[in-house]
Amino acid sequence: MAERFTVAIIGSGPGGLSAAGRAARLGVSHVLLERTDHASDTIYKYQKGKLVMATPDILPLRSDMDFKLGIREDILGTWDRQLKEHGVNVRYKAEVVAVKGEKGNFQVTLADKSVIEAEYVVLGIGLQGNINKLTCPGADQPHVEYQVDDPEAFDGESIFVIGAGDAAIENAVALAKQNKVAIVNRSGEFARAKQGNLDLIRAAIDKGLVEAYYNAAPVKVTGNTIVLKTADGEVEAPCNRIIARLGAVAPRKFVESCGIVFPSADPKSLPEVSSTYESNVPGLYIIGALGGYPLIKQAMNQGYEVIEFILGHELEPADEPLLKEAFKSLAPAKVSEVLVRIRANVPLFAELNPLVLRELMLDSTLHKPKAGDVIFKRNDYTNTFFTIVDGEVEIQVNPNDPKQVVVLGRGAFFGEMGLIAGRRRSATVVARGNAVLIETARRTMIKLINSNPSVKREMDRVAIIRQIQTYMAPNTSVDDLMELAETASLQKFTKGQTLFNQGDAGDDVHLIRTGSVTVSRRIGGRDTVLNYVASGNYVGEMALLTDAPRSATVKAAVAVETVKLEGQAFKRLVAKDERLRQELENRFRERLENNARMEALPEAGSIIEFLINQGVGEATDVLLIDESLCVRCDNCEKACAEIESHHGMSRLDREAGPTFANLHVPTSCRHCEHPHCMADCPPDAIQRAPNGEVFISDSCIGCGNCQRNCPYGVIQMSAPPPHKPGLFSWLMFGLGYGPGEDKSLRKIKKEGVTKHAVKCDMCKDVEGGAACVRACPTGAAIRVDPKQFLTLAALR
Amino acid sequence: MHESIVVYSRFRFFKIAAALVLVSLGLYIWDSPKGGIPNGGTWLGYGLGTIGALLILWLMWFGVRKRRYGGGTVKLESWLSAHVYLGLALIVVATLHTGFQFGWNVHTLAYTLMMLVIASGVFGLYAYLRYPRLMTENRKGMTLDAMMQQVADIDRECRESALQLGEEINRAVLDASQNTKLGGGMWRQLSGHDPNCATFAALHRIEELATKAGGSEANELRRLVTLMTRKVDVLRQARRDIQFMALMQIWLYVHVPLSFGLLAALITHVISVFFYW
Repeated sequence: MAERFTVAIIGSGPGGLSAAGRAARLGVSHVLLERTDHASDTIYKYQKGKLVMATPDILPLRSDMDFKLGIREDILGTWDRQLKEHGVNVRYKAEVVAVKGEKGNFQVTLADKSVIEAEYVVLGIGLQGNINKLTCPGADQPHVEYQVDDPEAFDGESIFVIGAGDAAIENAVALAKQNKVAIVNRSGEFARAKQGNLDLIRAAIDKGLVEAYYNAAPVKVTGNTIVLKTADGEVEAPCNRIIARLGAVAPRKFVESCGIVFPSADPKSLPEVSSTYESNVPGLYIIGALGGYPLIKQAMNQGYEVIEFILGHELEPADEPLLKEAFKSLAPAKVSEVLVRIRANVPLFAELNPLVLRELMLDSTLHKPKAGDVIFKRNDYTNTFFTIVDGEVEIQVNPNDPKQVVVLGRGAFFGEMGLIAGRRRSATVVARGNAVLIETARRTMIKLINSNPSVKREMDRVAIIRQIQTYMAPNTSVDDLMELAETASLQKFTKGQTLFNQGDAGDDVHLIRTGSVTVSRRIGGRDTVLNYVASGNYVGEMALLTDAPRSATVKAAVAVETVKLEGQAFKRLVAKDERLRQELENRFRERLENNARMEALPEAGSIIEFLINQGVGEATDVLLIDESLCVRCDNCEKACAEIESHHGMSRLDREAGPTFANLHVPTSCRHCEHPHCMADCPPDAIQRAPNGEVFISDSCIGCGNCQRNCPYGVIQMSAPPPHKPGLFSWLMFGLGYGPGEDKSLRKIKKEGVTKHAVKCDMCKDVEGGAACVRACPTGAAIRVDPKQFLTLAALR
Repeated sequence: MHESIVVYSRFRFFKIAAALVLVSLGLYIWDSPKGGIPNGGTWLGYGLGTIGALLILWLMWFGVRKRRYGGGTVKLESWLSAHVYLGLALIVVATLHTGFQFGWNVHTLAYTLMMLVIASGVFGLYAYLRYPRLMTENRKGMTLDAMMQQVADIDRECRESALQLGEEINRAVLDASQNTKLGGGMWRQLSGHDPNCATFAALHRIEELATKAGGSEANELRRLVTLMTRKVDVLRQARRDIQFMALMQIWLYVHVPLSFGLLAALITHVISVFFYW
């Protein structure tokens, strides 16, 4: 006779634990089934001492189990204790192999063939599934392991790490501190890893800290050696430990065997659930990562809620009070009413799953501006995204005439150009009466675009028309542009890739929407750069006007995204629009003049080329030193260190960095259009200030991702140096150190002090601007926008 | 987009300084003091003296301003451009203030010190305009640290190479390795070369010995000579670098102390004039 419970909870991760805790608290008969001999295996497998984040910070925790930001051991310890305290009926080493039946009568079969009956089943098995194991002969020995608990526990060993993913790289690099480590990669490169880890492993291999075997696989393991099959035949190497990080199989097969349907064949797709977390099988609930909620706190809240839902209780979502607060300006409308209104009025968000919409709204702000309020100004560097729930806004498309406006109404969105190009706002936007707007943060929006193809499609469609209108044909009506827009397609180019070559046939026009390009021509057997073209401009119109082959080569200076417009359609538009034709002619003549001058001045082209190679093409503000003026006094570095908020640490290295034709690019932040450092910042601590400064806020947790992601090496990880006495104390009593920075203090390691990322903030809070430039006595140091500097006028 | 202090802001401070000089000269020519002898005691003399003294105080304030990193939104370059042109204008203002009356007294001492300060400043201006470019050309993309590292690397290769050669060569290489110095005293740094460079001497000695050698030894010696020649070249480059750096700094060791001497002499001059004249 099988045991019978009201709820069977499968998986003791954060979601499962929390569900079991709630069931125990409410006296619901339950069982928590865990495959391993400990709770929460995924977190258990984190490296020892790993800091576990409690994001999103704003979301309140709703669970009978405690959880806050802390290290792995504390969190696991708390949960183990609370499982006992709450009297949770947990069963370890109970691997579920099948779930059959229907609501009220499920049969859960375990690996030992025993069967448990339950009225409801909660699946909280996450995405880790079963880890892949090594299958070669000898792989069942105890020194073949699948996780690294504490890399510092190993010392002086010869370790082989098998795998090329993030986990393998993190382990290999951490172990290499005290051991001889080799990493075995089945393919020819590390393609699966995050950029930060990629840089880590490349650096470690370059420095000889980690030995790399490419296109290799283990074929045999003995007590103290490993045999690898490589392109050059079999290699036997001494080895006393093997760490295999071969990834995991998503438990899709198992999930499908329970009767749950996946929406697509995409391996990344996840089953759909209702607002009460119920799957397409009534009575079978899915919480946590498998339901699309990979964050610990979300999963724990869902665990709590799912038990309440099963018991038929009405429950406000945990974020209800937050949303109520966010929607205050629309009171007395209820949260659910506002959400319905947003969904009905904004087509962009109409298809979002209700939970995703709630989450989006948590990261957004609802505005109810008065008529005439300015939402943002042209040339602001803000990068939030706006959608119109109700009312209208005016976009002032002509900087010289505020009366020339385009009106956007209910359901439209704006601000997407800043999001795409990473540049300043291209127009001023003013509210009309009764407008209700949603302002969404850049990061949230990017996440949404990446995970929702429908949002991306709709945004691209509208953005293409707007970009054509803004940058090419401001006087042409949208209807006239439609034909051209129909032919438009988005094209991506990697750094150095050519858009088209000199002499090519073709008359397509490229409107650059992200990044920048260089225009060059072959002169005397050598490519001479003639021009630098930033986003918001177009190239390729010369061939169109002359019906001749391409007169120059256009190459991507950084990663570039263009809107490609078909030449014939463009021609038809030009024929219709006299002003556009004149504008094109003017531009054409200007280009010809510029090219003629640049050809006579090849050095300017070489400087542009040099700066582009230094990555200046993606900068918005770069420090350039004219070495024919620089007297090497290092006053720039001293001034930087002396800024109060810089805590005696200079954020620039004057001497480091390359020089060409007396132009020196020191190691200092360039405030990129799409900052690499921002890409993977767990607490979202890296922000862009309204004037364009990219800075790191106090919420930095010191993970070092930004330092690894920055291709220009301008971010340092540093603990703040000790308090520095004033100049007078130094002068009179020799206390502390003098003006500037004492680099030796950076090396002092203090217990309990965490390092934080430190970089140039362009002195955004200092009156007068960048201290380095202000403190340069000879005018050698300037900060410039490459758009202005990489021109003939500036380089002549 | 870069602008040197000379042309800064379209010669703004040159224009101001030139105006000051022209007005001073004009007044001096126009003025016919009682007794016919121009001197510091006339209304024009007091006027020029006051302007000169205030200028000296303001020019010296540059040293403070330069170190007040947070202070003021005006670029330091603007200050330096003004410092240069108004400092040069001081030559005319102060000379006219003297009425060309010189003697062996504290007043002329103050004047002499001032002229020395200005002279050292003029050299400084010359150094700032000339040496940065030469320094960059000499560096060829390397830093001084990189040059030292290169010297150390070549040195190691030299010693390895010498191991297979005779005792005398080993001694020469070792001597070059241990006794070659970069930097050193002030004159050594300013001169930009070292007449007693141990590496150069050793190279000379090895070249002598190489002419006598034959067979496989000669081959190894040729390699060593090539290495040592490279080392000498890098050393020369490094010494030039140090020389330029020294030239850009040395004048400050005259300019600043003399300024303080001038300040003392100026105070004495002013007090003595008002109390004892």
